[in-house]
Amino acid sequence: MSFINYSSREINCKVVYYGPGLCGKTTNLQYIHRRMNPEARGKMISLATETERTLFFDFLPLSLGEIRGFKTRFHLYTVPGQVFYDASRRLILRGVDGVVFCADSQLTRMDSNVESIENLRVNMREQGYDIDKIPLVLQYNKRDLPQAASVSELHALLNSRNVPEFEAVATTGIGVFETLKSVIKLILIELKKGGK
Amino acid sequence: MTYGNFILHDKEYHDFQVVLKKLLGDAYARVVFLVDKNGSLLATAGETEEFDTTSLASLAAGNIAATGGLASLIGEKEFSILFHEGERDNMHISVVANRVILVVIFDRRSSVGLVRLRVRRAAQEIETILQAVDANAQQQEEAGIEELTEDDIESLFK
Repeated sequence: MSFINYSSREINCKVVYYGPGLCGKTTNLQYIHRRMNPEARGKMISLATETERTLFFDFLPLSLGEIRGFKTRFHLYTVPGQVFYDASRRLILRGVDGVVFCADSQLTRMDSNVESIENLRVNMREQGYDIDKIPLVLQYNKRDLPQAASVSELHALLNSRNVPEFEAVATTGIGVFETLKSVIKLILIELKKGGK
Repeated sequence: MTYGNFILHDKEYHDFQVVLKKLLGDAYARVVFLVDKNGSLLATAGETEEFDTTSLASLAAGNIAATGGLASLIGEKEFSILFHEGERDNMHISVVANRVILVVIFDRRSSVGLVRLRVRRAAQEIETILQAVDANAQQQEEAGIEELTEDDIESLFK
């Protein structure tokens, strides 16, 4: 649910990075935070455990400039990927405008990817969303690892909706901004339709 | 509601500001802000320049969401008021009309009792404004930025 403030001429949208534990959701946000112009981004907040695993969420606000006289602000969130944090994941999905599903390309993580995207489906439905309509982008992360599955394999397993998909190495930034731009475009196109 | 956008016009925005400014004075607070449940900042009053209001809004919404989750686990609908006591500043967070979050930060010039009392009255006024927001949304059925073109969207990334 986007928030449009006609008084301050602002559009606020919420993007959630979803995916299995250790797939690189937080790393995506950290890279964006590092590379964005400081004037265009706010402070990054990570609610994490002492071992730097996401406990509740990471948050990064971005201001991307103006369209039609409206300032566009995007609030990026990650969910905690570990299976047992499901209650927190559901809360973070509330009011989401677009989702980036970050998959771990390693062959050994295929089950976790499938379990996580299925979990996304269930949680979105529970929040009243139609998972087949919400702006969604897939990111196949960790493409640099030797045990990475092929893109066609990942596509067959995870991309039944045939949404935009990107190969990425979030630690070095490959594919990170491409993914972000893609989801933002989908959100704005949805907003243009009137969010109906 | 899930897909509809929350559209705030000048009038309601200024009405919110008036309520917040009054609350700020009446409660002897340092800063007051209104946030939607998704963490977007709707309006503020007071010493906002001292705070990172965007982060505060997001965390306040997260806080309410988490305690709401706790509430439902014990069979409660919601914990509508949260109070955090600090050494210097305190924070009073309340849910208004099950939709927006009113946050009041105050120091020793005020007290939790006074804040609570003033918040109750302000909440009623905010609820009335929210009804006007809903009525407007129904009447106008507007998409907000329906004139947006593909080129406009592209221009963000140049």
